[in-house]
Amino acid sequence: MTLIDLANPTKFLSLTGRILPWLAGATAILLMIGFYQAAMAPDDYQQGATVKIMFIHVPNAWLSMFVWGVMSLAALGTLVWRHPLADVAAKAAAPIGAAFTFLALVTGSLWGRPMWGTYWQWDARLTSVLILFLMYLGLIALWRAVDDPSRAARAAAILTLVGALNLPIIKFSVDWWNTLHQPASVLRMGGSTLDRAFLIPLLVMAVGFSLLFVTLHLAAMRNEILRRRVRSLQIMQASQQAA
Amino acid sequence: MTALAALIRRDIRIALRVGGGALIGVLFFLTVTVLMPFALGPDLALLTRLGPSILWLGALLASLLTLDRLFTSDHEDGSLDLIVMGRMPLELACAAKALAHWLAAGLPLILATPVLGLMLNLDATATSAVALTLLVGTPALTFIGMIGAALAVTLHRGGLLLAVLVLPLSIPVLIFGVAASQAAISGPLPFGTPFSILCAISLVSFVIGPFAAAASLRHGLD
Repeated sequence: MTLIDLANPTKFLSLTGRILPWLAGATAILLMIGFYQAAMAPDDYQQGATVKIMFIHVPNAWLSMFVWGVMSLAALGTLVWRHPLADVAAKAAAPIGAAFTFLALVTGSLWGRPMWGTYWQWDARLTSVLILFLMYLGLIALWRAVDDPSRAARAAAILTLVGALNLPIIKFSVDWWNTLHQPASVLRMGGSTLDRAFLIPLLVMAVGFSLLFVTLHLAAMRNEILRRRVRSLQIMQASQQAA
Repeated sequence: MTALAALIRRDIRIALRVGGGALIGVLFFLTVTVLMPFALGPDLALLTRLGPSILWLGALLASLLTLDRLFTSDHEDGSLDLIVMGRMPLELACAAKALAHWLAAGLPLILATPVLGLMLNLDATATSAVALTLLVGTPALTFIGMIGAALAVTLHRGGLLLAVLVLPLSIPVLIFGVAASQAAISGPLPFGTPFSILCAISLVSFVIGPFAAAASLRHGLD
């Protein structure tokens, strides 16, 4: 079973149809274990119970960047190999990535309220995640601006790759801007080494959320394939009626 | 080489003629800068402090405004198809078009900066610092914006979509442009550090911009 075999949407549908329930089950079990461990984790001596926001915040922040990486691979698949499922994968990943980024921002802001005393701080990490969120929204807007999926796919693929090249530059400049403008008093999370009592639940949650992404992504890809079939059937029907 | 020069000359001529619209950017730049005192109040000390940021923001928006023209008019009259099919490498043609666009629409912004600097109560050092950073930074805005213009023309949707796609990508240019200007005016940082990073960003955009725009035109036009 190679990537080329999956180019046939019917094969892809039947394979993912068999895999998806197992993936969903594994995701549910891992997330339940993770939530239990996170609830049982001791309070931080400084941050109290609010430290538990970390177990949701950090996996979301990781995934917000990981999903752009997945979309960049899919973009290469669209432009270089013309893999028929690559643009389906890219299109399905964008809203999921935007959702993870949004959750990272919201949980970060909720965490910031008790810790920094404000919902929003122009902290370097928050700002660059916000820019990442804006770029996700721009990409989704691009997908939605065109009704022809393959034409939209190539434009979105170029924008995704340009974004992948630019995101490190943006991150670097925001870091630089922040150290220039902000006093050094901003609280930084992490910093010190993380205790095992926090590390293990965090890793379980990270794996759980990654599985959640894979599950949602495969399901969204199936939906997209079916949606395209419905679309071409409708076009066929309309042209038959016209004839 | 002659084909390249001819393309640049042609684009500048079209942009400066009636219906070209290159100078609308300068007019917009002027209007935005005039609006600022109405929003901030006529306090000259405040305007002096915010002056470089106002000028940079105005130039950023003004160069975004005219980007739409980069490919659309050529697409409408069919000459873009000729350029795509021509013997000149499309990347080179895109770079030439961007250069011509910058000469017609970007350079006037820099020439207008001293006048606008006077209105914002900037002294000679501050004005020349802003003009110098704009001279180095606006080509990057044009070359990054060209990617958005190429995407927009292949999608037959211009305007708003272009702004949404291009503005996040131009954040680094804005950061280092304003930082270099501020460094030249008040310190404490040496002017050289942010200025050389700004130059580096411009050079990187000269590489990424033409290739991404050419790829977008090649894949998108039919």
